[in-house]
This record gives sequence, structure tokens and C-alpha cells, in this order.
Amino acid sequence: MSIDNTNLATELDFDTPAAKRLRKFRALKDKSASVGIAFGGISVIIAILLIFFYLLYEVAPLFHSAEIKPWQVNGQTAAPYEAPGRGKTLYLTMEEQAEIGMRVTDEGEIVFFDTRTGDVLQQSNIPVPAGAEITSFALASDASRIFAVGLSNGEVQVLKHSYKATYPEGKRVITPFIEYPFGEAPLAVTDSAINELALNGDEENWSVIAKTNQGLTVANLAFEENFLTGEVETSIETEMLPALNMPVKKLLLMPDRRWLLISGNSNKLAVMDLASADTETTQVLEASSGNITGFQLLLGGNSLMVADDKGNISQWFLVRDDQNVWRLTKIREFETGSKPVNAMSMEHRRKGFATMDSEGTLRLYNSTANRNVLVEQVTQGQADTVALSPRSNALLIEKDNTLAFWLIDNEHPEVSWDALWGKVWYEGYQEPEYTWQSSASTNDFEPKYSLMPLAFGTLKAAFYAMLLATPLAICGAIYTAYFMVPALRRKVKPFIELMEALPTVILGFLAGLWLAPFMETNLAGIFVCLLLIPFGILAFAFAWARAPKHIRYMIPEGWDTVMLIPVVILTTLFGLWIAPGVEAALFGGDMRQWVTDDLGIAYDQRNALVVGIAMGFAVIPTIFSITEDAIFAVPKHLSYGSLALGATPWQTLVRVVMPTASPGIFSAVMIGMGRAVGETMIVLMATGNTPIMDINIFEGMRTLAANIAVEMPESEVGSTHYRILFLAAFVLFLFTFMVNTLAETIRQHLRKKYGSL
Amino acid sequence: MKVSLKEWTKSGEPWVWLNAGAVAICMIMVVGLLSLIAVRGLGHFWPANVYQADYVENGNSLRLAGELVDSEDVPADQLRDSGVAVPEGVEFMQRDLLKIGNRDVGGSDFIWVLDDFLENRSNPEMLFAAERREWGNFYGYLRSLKENGQVVASYDGYEKNAEYMQLWNKFEASIERALDLHEEIAEIEKHEIGAINHELERLRLKERALQLKEVTDQSRYAEIDQRRKELDAEYEVLQKNLLDLYTQFNRDSFTAETAGGQTIEVDISKVVRAFLPNNMSITEKVLHYFSKIWEFLSEDPREANTEGGIFPAIFGTVMMVILMSVMVTPFGVVAAVYLREYAKQGFVTRLIRIAVNNLAGVPSIVYGVFGLGFFVYFLGGHIDDAFFPEAKPAPTFGTPGLMWASLTLALLTVPVVIVATEEGLSRIPRAVREGSLALGATKAETLWKVVLPMASPAMMTGVILAIARAAGEVAPLMLVGVVKLAPSLPLDGNYPYLHLDQKFMHLGFHIYDVGFQSPNVEAARPLVYATALLLVIVIALLNMSAIAIRNHLREKYKALEM
Repeated sequence: MSIDNTNLATELDFDTPAAKRLRKFRALKDKSASVGIAFGGISVIIAILLIFFYLLYEVAPLFHSAEIKPWQVNGQTAAPYEAPGRGKTLYLTMEEQAEIGMRVTDEGEIVFFDTRTGDVLQQSNIPVPAGAEITSFALASDASRIFAVGLSNGEVQVLKHSYKATYPEGKRVITPFIEYPFGEAPLAVTDSAINELALNGDEENWSVIAKTNQGLTVANLAFEENFLTGEVETSIETEMLPALNMPVKKLLLMPDRRWLLISGNSNKLAVMDLASADTETTQVLEASSGNITGFQLLLGGNSLMVADDKGNISQWFLVRDDQNVWRLTKIREFETGSKPVNAMSMEHRRKGFATMDSEGTLRLYNSTANRNVLVEQVTQGQADTVALSPRSNALLIEKDNTLAFWLIDNEHPEVSWDALWGKVWYEGYQEPEYTWQSSASTNDFEPKYSLMPLAFGTLKAAFYAMLLATPLAICGAIYTAYFMVPALRRKVKPFIELMEALPTVILGFLAGLWLAPFMETNLAGIFVCLLLIPFGILAFAFAWARAPKHIRYMIPEGWDTVMLIPVVILTTLFGLWIAPGVEAALFGGDMRQWVTDDLGIAYDQRNALVVGIAMGFAVIPTIFSITEDAIFAVPKHLSYGSLALGATPWQTLVRVVMPTASPGIFSAVMIGMGRAVGETMIVLMATGNTPIMDINIFEGMRTLAANIAVEMPESEVGSTHYRILFLAAFVLFLFTFMVNTLAETIRQHLRKKYGSL
Repeated sequence: MKVSLKEWTKSGEPWVWLNAGAVAICMIMVVGLLSLIAVRGLGHFWPANVYQADYVENGNSLRLAGELVDSEDVPADQLRDSGVAVPEGVEFMQRDLLKIGNRDVGGSDFIWVLDDFLENRSNPEMLFAAERREWGNFYGYLRSLKENGQVVASYDGYEKNAEYMQLWNKFEASIERALDLHEEIAEIEKHEIGAINHELERLRLKERALQLKEVTDQSRYAEIDQRRKELDAEYEVLQKNLLDLYTQFNRDSFTAETAGGQTIEVDISKVVRAFLPNNMSITEKVLHYFSKIWEFLSEDPREANTEGGIFPAIFGTVMMVILMSVMVTPFGVVAAVYLREYAKQGFVTRLIRIAVNNLAGVPSIVYGVFGLGFFVYFLGGHIDDAFFPEAKPAPTFGTPGLMWASLTLALLTVPVVIVATEEGLSRIPRAVREGSLALGATKAETLWKVVLPMASPAMMTGVILAIARAAGEVAPLMLVGVVKLAPSLPLDGNYPYLHLDQKFMHLGFHIYDVGFQSPNVEAARPLVYATALLLVIVIALLNMSAIAIRNHLREKYKALEM
């Protein structure tokens, strides 16, 4: 044998060219495998981390400030141009695309011009009867594009600027034109020169308020379409309003045509209720510390914005007071400079506005978020007029009869820390509140993006789930790990762990369709059972302890659970059986009724209790499994030592085992908590998904996760709403990630500690 | 030796018992939940007896026929408040939920009645139930059978006799014939016409692509036109064929009398199945039961998903899970191998390990949001721009679909695979690796020939657990690709056969949708239970196989360690 070996050895040549090639090839293979695996492994890990950065990337624009820059032509800042048309500006605005601007002057000219170059595209005159001239101007709202001029002969001409887009040869051409919504002939409102004018209304009913030297006149217009001819019949009723003992500098009429807001001299502000019997002036107040220089309605016409020459800007709207009387109330003040505000422009689609002060500083605001998104000096000295485009992406500034065109990047002004997490006083609300309401049917809706009700709902659902799951899971785990016979433990543990894989959609569906109605009819039964079961178990245990030995010895220790199964079932049935009697005795026959009537608590069929039970069910296996591992991993010699010193098993458990295992149990609860917080389907199906803030166990909630599931598919990509939903996801991600990391670190620490024992 | 209460309390025994009780409660809850789903899910397919009774209230009598679905006790006070004449001294009354069908006659197919007010109950043998393609079930007595509007057989009576049975047999034969025709029609409509439509759409896209590329070669346009004409001609032929079939299909109708005495006429083409529930032997019932289960598993849903089968949902779930495992397995394994075998063990790897572990705990909806934002809108949008400009403005991959759903779930489950594979790798004794290296194998060869085969059961466990998690996950899918009703399966005979851009149906979402968004929840509920049962069984099987493989693996290496 040995000879053979040496022979073989001498015969083997490891350096033949073939062997070398093979070695090289193998080395190459080895090298490429390590490079490939390293590359693959790292890229998978990066892909996972991408989630974090992508969420952040989508959320970040929410907190960007706005930016403004002059319109550029071939990389050069376009020069301001001379304002087209003669006379002083009454109204300056733009069409949807911000390609065409419109300027109305006090000499009756309406000029449409290219916003970039100032080239006049179309020029026309407001039809004014001979001998009359324009003495006042009023805008219904930017969104309606309807405006009116008051004439020196007491007539009012109402106009609307409109645009038509055509696509000859695939290129968009926008043609502006003027319409006369109330007819081309001026409306006779009074008989002397109109100094101040206001109008507002909806499709069929309009009101015009005109101020002449004689006082205020209201003209109510009604349009009725004739069925047969399709002609529109206009009726007009005029009426003098009671005299007001203050000078009138500006008038505003709210869209409901009931409230007239009057700006007087210096800082005086009056509110007139046109619907009350004698058209009383309900309030005269000092709106500001300086003289009022800006007086306009915000989008939707429910809020009044007041600016003064000391640089203060405040928002006002009507709120019912304790006597149920509507009062114009100051809602908030905006952060401003100290220079007089002399020009304002309202956004056409959002609750935002722009102001210019006497030094030429432009400020952009959002009213809901009370956020000043931009402060930038754009001109030297005072500007005369500013106008925001309908999409709030462009701005025209008029100064000394020249116009400058600016581009604005202001995507998400509605979001601020306060708007997301603080109480906000929304339009039409009696007081500041936490509200989530992301969409509505109207265009001038104020979106309410408070994450508080959702975060609250999330924690509420998690709290009730943990309330059920923690004691059950931990107690169960203690027994399984410490007292149960190994044969049974090997069956019970995988069985409960298997439940972790149960799809939550099934739990949610059972909770919503089976448990919720069951609970509604058996509310008392559920509570009776909750109370009875521990007593039943204890009573049985005591009876067992007192039972004769020969019975007790029939069942070895550690099988208690099996004996208790029938006990629990029987107690439950007994509980449900006596429940109607208990209900009749204590709650007048119907506990659900009693809860609403006597306790005054609202009862929803799909409520927090249902969610608590269903989600508790989902969380139990998680907590159970980790706790059981933690307790089982406690070295046996510790408990043997304790038992040998004469401690009872329970004392050993409480004084020795539990303290050692407590970090593990803590981490189990944290991980369970993380699961409850992020659970979507159960909450989606077992609650009514109403974003309310109420700790009441019989009411529902909406959680962050369910909210994402409900609203994400409908939200417009890139919108504020879309990004806020990403923010909600990011919050969930961070929360669960941190909770889990904490738990995991504790667990690893624990493992190390046991390793040394 | 009798213990006193005080001693017993002091020993801590009560606490031990309470802990034992907690385990008992957990077990009861789990078993109770499973049996609730099983009983309700399986019970639905059993052909329950239909009974007929007179509902007498305040002297008014109404004859009803239906299946008993549910019953509950209502406090008599509550009934009295709502104006029901409840006899004195009664505290509770039983209220029954009957499925009376005939939605086209009565408007609603379920009704709550008070049990005490039902009189003259009977189970008439000749009362038949018909499952229809619209308006839900029909219950009543067969009166006549018509062909082309001409009565070919009729019977007027309620007793079982030869004449009735003759009519019934003809009726069944007619249904049989209609079902065959229906299958033929479905074959033409779905497959042949579907294929033509599919090709027409592809031709349209081809033409649009040529236009976009500004190809001026007219012959290529002509080619497309030529093919389009051929297809149109084929379509004409099929259409004619179809028209013929429809005429035949709509030939027969029947009239029947409801329990209330109304006679209505129904087209045989609307009937899926008819049977005499009170006249069935136990064998017939069992056969009926299994044929219903088979229908449930293999057919398309009917009536807004509240009747029929869930085959597309099963298919969609399986499809998505397969795609997901194809994606998740290699990536998960490579990442685990890198972490365990190649990366330098230290603080960074520990950090990564914790991060990967914790990602498994991140809420699934977050993955859904990520999938929608990153995969669908970002990646999908760019893919559309680059490869499918001809389909614009309709998105191809820039919309939720099968591919993005699988990818999102792959990302969701990759931590599971990584963790399981790593565990498997760490269990392989060092000696095995060292032996291989000592024999001159390179690291890659050791990995490929020794380590990975030994770790393969662990990988399997990981993949199976990943599949089980993916199959039950619904929340992220709602954002990235499931729909309540998909017009076609994601895999069919039309090029490119596997339609990754299509939306699909899913068992879990089906449960949510039918249970909560359905117009007729009462009718849909049993199907939801059945679907839930199916899902539970699938997931339990997957998990149990994972556990079995894991145990097997542990046994195997116990031997090696010695």
C-alpha cells in the first residue's frame, strides 16, 4: 500500500498546464462568487434601507419653504415691462395657465396681455353710458371671475373674464373674452354716483351693495330661466339700508349675502346683518392697532383678512357666541414685519394669500397652517398691486406703472407642525379643534390635516388590544414555560404560534361581521363573562385543592390547563345564560340602551372593545411566544436553588424567574405593541373609521394605518394629501422601527447575560 | 388533609391556576375561532331543507317558503315598543332569519320573522330551489316549461306524482342543455373573441408606435391594416356563430308559482342549477354538497361576488405568491450568505442584522405605501416612458398590477427569508466547512457544494414562512394591485401569456371586499366564511410544513454535532 502511495505521489504532477488552468479558473470562480455575493447582499440590504429614504424623500417637500424667482427668458431675467392700458389699475389678474394677464383700469379699459412680455393681446372698453364714468370697483371672488364697476350715474356694470383654449395644430392657444353674466346693459341700482361697491351671490341670486353720498343701497337680483323660451328673466329689487354713523371706506359682502363687512376710517370695522328684521349693525369693532390698509375675503368668502399700516395681518370669521349670536371674531394673527402692508392678493384655490409691504417685501402665507412660507424683498419701495395666478404659481407685481412677472414654487403651504399636531381653528368651527378631513365636494374647502385624531385612534386601538392581550399572553406564557408538563408544552406552543400566521383580514372580518353584532346583543353577557371567568377558575381550583387525594392524584401536576378548558367553557355559557337576568336587574333590560341613555355614552356597533378583542387576539401569539422563550431560557439551576431553599414554586417564579426574564417580557410587550400600532385590516374592518378623539370604549376610531388604506388610492400623486399620507406611513415606520430596535437590543443583551450564567 | 382558604391563598396556588386559566382561554379562543369559521364555511354548501309556513300577524296571513339561516332571542318589550302584538307574560321571543330568495318578486331575499307567528309548517317535497345568474335563488313550485314561448309540459298541483316528476325531468334536461350552450358561448366569448380583441389592441399599439417613431414606410401600415381586416372578418364569423348560439340558448323558459301564490316566468338560460331540497336522499345531498364545493373552488364569481366560486381569487393569490417567491428566494439567500459567510462580523453586521430583523415588524401598510410610491408611480412611470410610449396616456406599468404587488410582498418578506437562512447557516458546524477547505476546495466551492445543500431546508423554511405571510397579507395589496373583480386571469393564451401589468383578485382582499363592500352582505356572508376557511387551511398547511421541515433539519444536525 505504502509503496503504491509513493508511486502515486511521484506520478502526480500538480503543475501540468491543465491543472494550472483549472486552478486559475477555480480561483477566478471563487473571486467572482465573493464579489457577486457581496454585491448582491449589499444591494438587498440597500434596497431594504431604501424604504426609509424613499419615505423621507416623499415627505421632505412638505417642509420646504416657498421660492420665488423672476420669469426667465433664455436664462436671462426678463425685464419688467410697462403696464399695458391707460389709467390706474382697478383689478389685475391672470388666467389658469398664467400665460395671459388681465388689467382693468379706472378709465374703463380691459386689457389682456402676455404676462411674460407685456404684449397686448386684446383690448376693449367697459361699456359705459355717455356722460358717466367709473367711480368704484368690486370683485365677487377670484374663483368666479366676476367683477363689477360702479358708475357715476348710479348704475352698475357686471362683467366676467373668460378664456377658451383651442388646439390648432396640436398647440394650445388661449383666447380671452369678456362676458356679461347679468346682461350687457348696466343695472340701475341708485341714482347718484357709487363710491363703493360690493357684490356676491351664487348662480341664481345675487346682491349688490352700493355706497353713495346718500348712504347704502342694496340691490337683490334674481335670475329665472323661462322653461319654454329658455330666456333668462332678471328681476331687481333695490332698498336703502339704514344709515351708518361711520364713514365707509370699503365694503365686502359674504357669499351667503347676509353679512356685510364695512371698513371705516382708521381701524374701525362694522358688521351688518342684512337678514335681520331692521338690518341692524351687529358689531362695530376696532380691528387692528393701526389703520386698515387691506380688507379682503379669503377663498370661499368666509374669512376676512385685515391688514394695517403697522404691518399686522389678522384673520376673522363669524363664530356663534354663548348667546348663539354670530360674532365676527379674530381667529389668528400672522407673523409679519413692522412695515405697513399696502397690497394683498388671495390665492384662488387655497386658503392662502400674498402681501407686499411699503419696502417691497413680499410675504406668502397660508391661513390654516398659520404659516409664513416666504419673505423676500422683490422691489425697491412700495408696490401698487400684486396678483397671484389661479394655480398660485405665478405673481404679477405692479409698481410705478411697470409690471414684473415672477414665478412661485409653493407646493405645500398647508402643512406646518402646528397644523399637523396642534389644535387649529378651522373656518366654521366654534373653537380650535383637532380634525382630520382631507377632502370634500367643494373647491373652496379648507382641508383639515391634523394627524392628532389618527395618532390618538392608533394608540387607543393599541391600548385596548394590549389591555386584553398582555395579561392573557404573559400569564399563559408563564404557565406554559414554567408549570406545564413538557409533553403538553410541545403541543401548545406551536399551536399558539401558528395563530401568529392567521391572516388579520380573517380576524377583522370576524370582528366586524360576527363579533360586533354579537356584542351588541350580548353586551351584558360579555361583561358578566369577563367577571365570572376568573372566579370560576379560582372556585374550581379551590375545590380541587380540597378534593380527596385519590382524585387529585389521578391527574398529574402541569395538566391544570386541560382541566380548566371545560371549566372556562361552562363558566362562559353560564355567564351568557344569566346575562339577561343580570341585565334586567341592573340595567333595565338592555345594557346597550342603558349605556347610551343613563351613562350618556355613544355606542357604535364597531367600537374599541371589538377592536381590542380582535387585535388582542392578533397580538397574543407574538407576546406569548417571546415571553415564553424568555422565561424558558432562565437557567434551571436558579429556580432549583430557590426551590431547594424552601420557596414555593410561585415564590420562585415571582422572586427569581420573573426578575431575570423581565427584560425579555418587556421586549415582548414592545414588539406586540409595535404590531398593534401598525395593524391595518382589523381596524379597517372592525371600526367605523371615523376620526374622532374620544377615549370611550364604545366608540370607534380611525388609525394611521387604516387611514392610509382608505385614502391612499384616491389621493392625487404629489399633492399635499398624498405627501401627508406618506408622512403618516413614515411616522408608523419610525415608531415601530424604534420600538422594535429597543426590544431587540434588550433581548440581545438578555441573551448575553444568560450566556454567562 | 384539607387546606384552608388562607393557606391556599398564601401558597400562591391561585395565581398558578389563573395562569393556567390564561392558557386555557387562549386555546379556547383559537379553537373556537377556527371551528366558527369551519362550521359556517362548510355548512353553507349543504342543501338545507326549505320549509313553507304561514306567517300570521294581526290577522294577516302570508305564505312563506325559505331556508332557516339564523335565529336569535329578542326581548318582548322591544317588540311591543315597535308595535308587535306580543302575548302577555312572554319575556323573550325567537326571531328567525329566513332566506326566501325571489329577489325579483319580493325585493329582498332575506326576512326576519317571529317564530311563534309561523303556522302550518311543512316541508313540501315539490318545492324546488333554483340558483340563478341574477336575482339570487328562486323558491317555488314548477308550473310549466316553454319552448319558444310554447308550453311543452305543465302541471298544476302541490303533490308529488308522476306527472310532476315528468315535468321536472324535462325541466332538468332543459337546464342541462342550456348549461352546455352556456359553456360553448363562454368559450367563444372569452377565448376566441378575447384573443381577437387582444390582437386588435396589440395592432393598435403597434401602429401607434410606428406613428411615434415617425416611420413613413407605408407597407408596414398596410400590413397592420391587412391583419386587422382579417381579424375583423374572423370576428364577424364568430359574432354570427354567437348570435345563433344565443338564440338557441334563450329558447326555453319556465313558469313557477312562488309560495305566496304569484306565478312568474324565468328564462332557463338564467338558471345555473335547480333541485328539490326536500326530496333529496342523503346521498344526493352529499353529492350536491361536493358539487357545490367544487363549484366554489373552480368557478368564476356571480352576482357581484356574492354567489358562485372564487377561482380567479385562488388563481391570483397563487400567481402572486409564486412570482413573489421567485423574487424573494435568490435575494434573501444571497443577502443571508453575504451577512453570514462573507461580511466581516462586527458592529456593522450586528446593526444590519437588527435592522433586518426589525423590518419584519414594520407595518405592512408602510410597504404598501412604499410600493405605490416607488414601484408603481416612480419605477412604473419611468418604464412606461421608456418602453411603452405607444400606450400613453393609458399607463401600462405605471398603475398597480401583479408585478408590483409581488415585488412589494417580496420586499415585505425578504427579512423572513434572510433570518431563516442565516439561522440555518449558523447551525452548520464549523468543522464541516473547515473539512471542505482543508481538502482544497475554494470558499465558493465549499459554499456551493457543502454549505448551501446543508442549509437548504432552512431556506425552504424561510421561503415557506414568507409564502404564508404573503398569502395572508392584504393591506399593502390594496394599494399595489388587487381588484374586486378582474376581467381576465393574469395567465392566459394570449401573447405574452403572463400579464405582469394586469390587476388580479386575491383571497384575502376578496374576504374584505365581499364582507364589507358588498351590497348584499347577508347573502355574501357564508361565502366569506368559506373563503376564510380556505385561506386558513392553505396558510396552516404552509406553516405546518415549515415547522416540519425545521424540526427535520434540527434532528439532522443534532446527529452532525455529535
